Amino acid sequence: MREAQTPIVELKGVEKRYGDGPLVLDNISFSAERGDFVTLIGPSGCGKSTILRLISGLNPVSAGSIVVDGMEPSKAVERLAFVFQEPTLLPWLTVSQNVEVPMRLHGTQAATRTETARRSLELVRLADRMDYYPRQLSGGQKMRVSIARALSVSPRIMLLDEPFGALDEMTRDHLNEELLAIRQQLAWTAFFVTHSVAEAVFLSNRILVFSANPGRLHDEIRVDFPYPRTEETRESEPYQRLVAEVSKILRSVERLKA
Amino acid sequence: MSAPGTGSRFSRLARNLLPVATGVGMILAWYAVCLGLSADHRFLLPSPREVAQAFAEKGPTLWSAALSTGSGAVLGFGMAVFLSFALALFLSLSALIRASFYPYLMVLQMTPIIVIAPILVLWVGPGLGSVTIITFLICFFPMVVNTTQGLISTDRNLVDFFRMCKASKLQEIFLLRVPAALPYFFTGLKIGATLAPIGAIVGDYIAGNSAGGQGGLGFLTIVYSSQFQMGALFATAAVGCLMGFVFVAGVVALSWLALHKWHDSFSRSDT
Ligand SMILES: Nc1ncnc2c1ncn2[C@@H]1O[C@H](COP(=O)(O)OP(=O)(O)OP(=O)(O)O)[C@@H](O)[C@H]1O
Ligand SMILES: [Mg+2]
Repeated sequence: MREAQTPIVELKGVEKRYGDGPLVLDNISFSAERGDFVTLIGPSGCGKSTILRLISGLNPVSAGSIVVDGMEPSKAVERLAFVFQEPTLLPWLTVSQNVEVPMRLHGTQAATRTETARRSLELVRLADRMDYYPRQLSGGQKMRVSIARALSVSPRIMLLDEPFGALDEMTRDHLNEELLAIRQQLAWTAFFVTHSVAEAVFLSNRILVFSANPGRLHDEIRVDFPYPRTEETRESEPYQRLVAEVSKILRSVERLKA
Repeated sequence: MSAPGTGSRFSRLARNLLPVATGVGMILAWYAVCLGLSADHRFLLPSPREVAQAFAEKGPTLWSAALSTGSGAVLGFGMAVFLSFALALFLSLSALIRASFYPYLMVLQMTPIIVIAPILVLWVGPGLGSVTIITFLICFFPMVVNTTQGLISTDRNLVDFFRMCKASKLQEIFLLRVPAALPYFFTGLKIGATLAPIGAIVGDYIAGNSAGGQGGLGFLTIVYSSQFQMGALFATAAVGCLMGFVFVAGVVALSWLALHKWHDSFSRSDT
């Protein structure tokens, strides 16, 4: 039945250069179906963040086209939520006020805002930190607030740019499981950037491997382990084999660059 | 960063006592210098006792003068706060606007106040009006520059986040740029607060209204120096200094109120 669906995000022959700089992305084409968890992986500077920015409409494409939920990216912005590499919280607002910011900007009523913020914070298990200021939180907690804020607008598509890159492995594993659990309930489509192959394999059903200079789509790997995935998935032999395999592909791409 | 246990208790005691000890030491040194001066030169440096005496005698005059100068300082400073904020908002809108206005701001800043003051007296007459404007001119520039810098230094990611949320330009300015600029704004305010009392006294010196003996601290300076009342001059200086402290303390308190909950400059070390 998958083939019958229209893709929720589709890139066709996308090229990107910033100003009159060098070509950053060259002829990128791929599409994602509703409910996909797509991870973008590749050497530093290959344009992964750029792809997310193009999908989000923050930057325009130089050539080619992107369709998000049947629209131009800049029109579809209400269906999107972006989680940046840094928590990107407003330091002068409390945790719950931070989560409310997107709703405040959209003019949502105060009562609804508070209620939605509380529910989002419960999802990331930070309901007991509502009145803290960001500087009173740990790095992992700040990231969870950032995710709660993204969830609060009920997005159809989540764009996550190395959200757990700065965290230790234990916290990262833990948040990965949390993220999948939340997705299980809310069913958004995810575009996720990471440098960790293990994280990519654990989270996604599709991994896109990019090569650099200019950024090109090099390979796609499907990951067929059923969701929900747990600690057991990580310990399983097929998982570890796939991690080794993807690492190998990534290394070959890195060599290609050199 | 501080040593634990007894060491820290001792250092805390020392921290509290040392400034007092330094003050006492300086007053004693002052006495010593006075005693050492020959009779011919003694009038040049009043002893601490003479200054205290001048305080007692001239008290009411000094306080009313301080009040008069203080009003000029508060009005000029307040004017500078509002106008610098408004101008900074305007300047933050585009690099082009900044490029076209900054040179003239610099011109304003570079023109010596001493020369502007008599012109002002001719335009608006001596008195509170002139003093206010002179104070304003002295504090305005550092405030504009700091606030503008703050408004254009907003974290790129936060700006992107606001754009993703379809924030309007007004929302971006007032919900994001202005609060993010507050630490810079208060830095400008602190600089302004140290300048405002000086500005007001200088203004009062050149453009104060002395009619009916109701002059400010600048006017008293003229009177006392013409009469060689050294004790009274020192007392006037002390009042000016006190006024400066009150100003800075006020701004520091405001900045604490606005920032202590969230800004790192107020984060308490965890010991
Ligand atoms: N705002 C910009 N202006 C000009 N060039 C840019 C800009 N942003 C990114 N680039 C260039 O685009 C290329 C891709 O950058 P991008 O941030 O998308 O890479 P990335 O794959 O996310 O890298 P990393 O893994 O290090 O985050 C880089 O060569 C970078 O120099
Ligand atoms: Mg990146």
